[in-house]
Amino acid sequence: MSRPRPFAITLDVGSSLANRTGDWRTERPVYVRRMPPCNHGCPAREDIQGWLYEAEAGGEGYERAWRLLVADNPFPAIMGCVCYHPCESACNRVQIDEAVGINAVERFLGDEGIRHGWELPQPQPASGRRVLIVGAGPSGLSAAYHLALRGHHVTLCEQAGKPGGMMRYGIPAYRLPRDVLDAEIERILALGVELRCEQRVSDLQEAMREGGYDAAFLALGAHVARHTEIPGGTAAHVINALDLLQDVEAGARPQLGRVVVYGGGDTALDAARTARRLSPQEPVVVYRRTRERMPAHPEELRQAQEEGIAFRWLSTIAAAEGGHLRLEAMELDGDGFPQPTGRYEELDADALVLAIGQDADLALLSGVPGVEVQDHVVKVDEWMMTGAPGVFAGGDMVPAERNVAVAIGHGAAAARCIDGWLRGIEPRAEQEAQLATFEHINPWYYTDAPRTVRPLLADVRRQSTFEEVVKGLDESSALFEARRCLSCGNCFSCDNCFGVCPDNAVLKPGPDGEPYAFDLDYCKGCGMCVTECPCGAIEMVPEEI
Amino acid sequence: MSRPPEQRERFYQTGTLAVGGRLLAEEQRTVQAGESRANAITKGHRACQGCGEALGARYVLDAAMRATGGQVIAANATGCLEVFSTPYPESSWRLPWIHSLFGNAPAVASGVAAALRAKGRASEVRVVGQGGDGGTVDIGMACLSGMFERGDDVLYVCYDNQAYMNTGVQRSAATPPAARTATTEPLGGHPGNELGQGKSAPLIAMAHEIPYVATATVAELRDLEAKVIRAMSFRGPRYLHVLVPCPLGWGSDPAQTIRIARLAKETGLFPVFEALHGRLAAVSQIRRKLPVEEYLRPQRRYAHLFADGGRPDLVAALQAQADRNVQRFGLLAEAEPREGDLLHVLADGERGP
Repeated sequence: MSRPRPFAITLDVGSSLANRTGDWRTERPVYVRRMPPCNHGCPAREDIQGWLYEAEAGGEGYERAWRLLVADNPFPAIMGCVCYHPCESACNRVQIDEAVGINAVERFLGDEGIRHGWELPQPQPASGRRVLIVGAGPSGLSAAYHLALRGHHVTLCEQAGKPGGMMRYGIPAYRLPRDVLDAEIERILALGVELRCEQRVSDLQEAMREGGYDAAFLALGAHVARHTEIPGGTAAHVINALDLLQDVEAGARPQLGRVVVYGGGDTALDAARTARRLSPQEPVVVYRRTRERMPAHPEELRQAQEEGIAFRWLSTIAAAEGGHLRLEAMELDGDGFPQPTGRYEELDADALVLAIGQDADLALLSGVPGVEVQDHVVKVDEWMMTGAPGVFAGGDMVPAERNVAVAIGHGAAAARCIDGWLRGIEPRAEQEAQLATFEHINPWYYTDAPRTVRPLLADVRRQSTFEEVVKGLDESSALFEARRCLSCGNCFSCDNCFGVCPDNAVLKPGPDGEPYAFDLDYCKGCGMCVTECPCGAIEMVPEEI
Repeated sequence: MSRPPEQRERFYQTGTLAVGGRLLAEEQRTVQAGESRANAITKGHRACQGCGEALGARYVLDAAMRATGGQVIAANATGCLEVFSTPYPESSWRLPWIHSLFGNAPAVASGVAAALRAKGRASEVRVVGQGGDGGTVDIGMACLSGMFERGDDVLYVCYDNQAYMNTGVQRSAATPPAARTATTEPLGGHPGNELGQGKSAPLIAMAHEIPYVATATVAELRDLEAKVIRAMSFRGPRYLHVLVPCPLGWGSDPAQTIRIARLAKETGLFPVFEALHGRLAAVSQIRRKLPVEEYLRPQRRYAHLFADGGRPDLVAALQAQADRNVQRFGLLAEAEPREGDLLHVLADGERGP
């Protein structure tokens, strides 16, 4: 006989905890990590959202942020000076007020690293493998760093007198102070990377055989200035932009008089801005297309214009005669190509600086079987390897956008692939997380906080000195800027899900910064936590029924 | 506008709008951010998915528990809040809790307060009366008014979801104009609630010149908690009116409950304010004014305003009501909040558009 059921009113009061409301659910919330657009946009593949999260804490958080940063990119201070920050162009915050000043925070962290003498991570035990890197520019140095960390012996051969490549011989000191450059390079060399300056590798196969290298990474850059025939040019004072930048780097201060720069890339603007500092006359940049089609970065263009540099758009140089140039006006055709018009004008000029592009000197590759060269650049596969097994290449000498961040990214990617190749591991494409778009953000929770603009050198001062133009942020501004980060797609411990659940079904098991958890015994699957998550770090997934 | 450095330091991603945050000191976080919150109504309750009332009740009572060191007795009117929390013999309540009739929760709360006074414990143990808009604005109005005029030491909280939801979505005096109810459609073929009916319980409470009257929504947790804690600092009758969206009765997505409450405030349809002794003391201003349509469209109870050519005349009437609220209470930054007594506010309202 079953036990007699108690009369209803004699029941003891029970807790509603007996009622597991979780079985109402048809969808369950799940914490996710989406790809923040800044990380997605970074050519050096930095975990930007990750290091901003650490920096947001201030104090000791800066060192944690710096450590996370240098795990991908050993040049935070250099990036802070010269990177064109595609991360900021991608930043979701631009739809609320302005993009987060990521570049300025990176600069601040980089400077902190130098100031405190923070050291790079210790390399893994020696693997016994040897890698030859040709070219100690951003790409070569980045590869050297990542290979050294993985325990490989690295020899860096550099043709110039000092390491740095275009960072030293292309980018003027007013954009990248040399003490910053030296400090960040020195840190990499301290890991045991062998650097041989003024050593030109003329035959790659021979150099690899002689040195007993298991693999090579070519990062020669593009140092050979393209030339164009300008009638009468021999009589006039014509120089290459790269030669000018290198001479100035070596300490020369040539008196150029009235300077005309021919070209529309970043090198043209670097040359013009350098000339501005050498001579009281304002340089003129002549470019055959329009301002909109100029390949130079808009930020550089803006700074050049602020410094008083004049521009002649839609113009080519038809002839050079002592003291002046003959310009021909151009028109863009339907395809956007400039076409001559037959209309001419004169422009006074004492010196003509050519900045119409650069190529790589690929002589060392002659005779290496399998290597393919097309349009003056070396073809590489998706693992950065040329057609020759064990020979990898990156930076300006492979087909890609040419800038320091891209080169650093190439170096890091190549190091990963070289490491895999040396260990005989089949390369595999990494699966990328879903992109965190603005639709994932709940903008209500982000207060309006416009960005802190880095102080610029007063215009008059920068016309005559090579002092750095864009300075770093002070500590409180950098912290403010870091805290403007929306943390797109990644939990930043705001407690919203914990607070807004009508069923108390979000658990906070650990201290701040530890992940939350869902109590699925009680979660009814309303999805309020997803809607009210500021940063889009939760999604609903259907339950299996 | 530049900020002084010390304010910059404190700024953190979400400012002060989120529930908590790892970079905020304990005292800067909400009660709800703390693992030690009372969870006065615990899990396992049978409220619908995304219930605004369950959320509002936890917000309010946890804050009251924090303010009194856990010394709170709740008297609860019949209604959804009671039905879903206390199906015999289960209870979700983790504080002393008494269930009253539909209409007499304020009187029961007064009685509890009187008993505490008689026992000499009124200084340590505080009383909260609570109910829905049906139990408060309709059936309980007489008891509530009596509680106010007698000066009983009770905080009465109305969780306003704008209809009797436990009787199947039935019109109350808090049901807004043009909102459709399931069981109480007016005659004439148009499903929406008639214009020009209903009453404002907060303004009625202000007319009693009691120490404290406030409105709030579940969308602004910090504002709500601050008001509860402030209310607990007064003695005597106090009234808090909290807007709690009801996904079932309003026909809204359960995931959007907080957003809907936010839109009610941001459109101006639900003014959020505080009044001391019958005088309007402070308003919570609209951050970004939105047209009422943004609030109406996600709710099926207003679907008839937009279907088959819609009723632009009714939408315009609701917009006019929101605009009047903005002007009357000074809900926009450029409009100065009206300092003044209740008569002034009422007179202003009577002039209306």
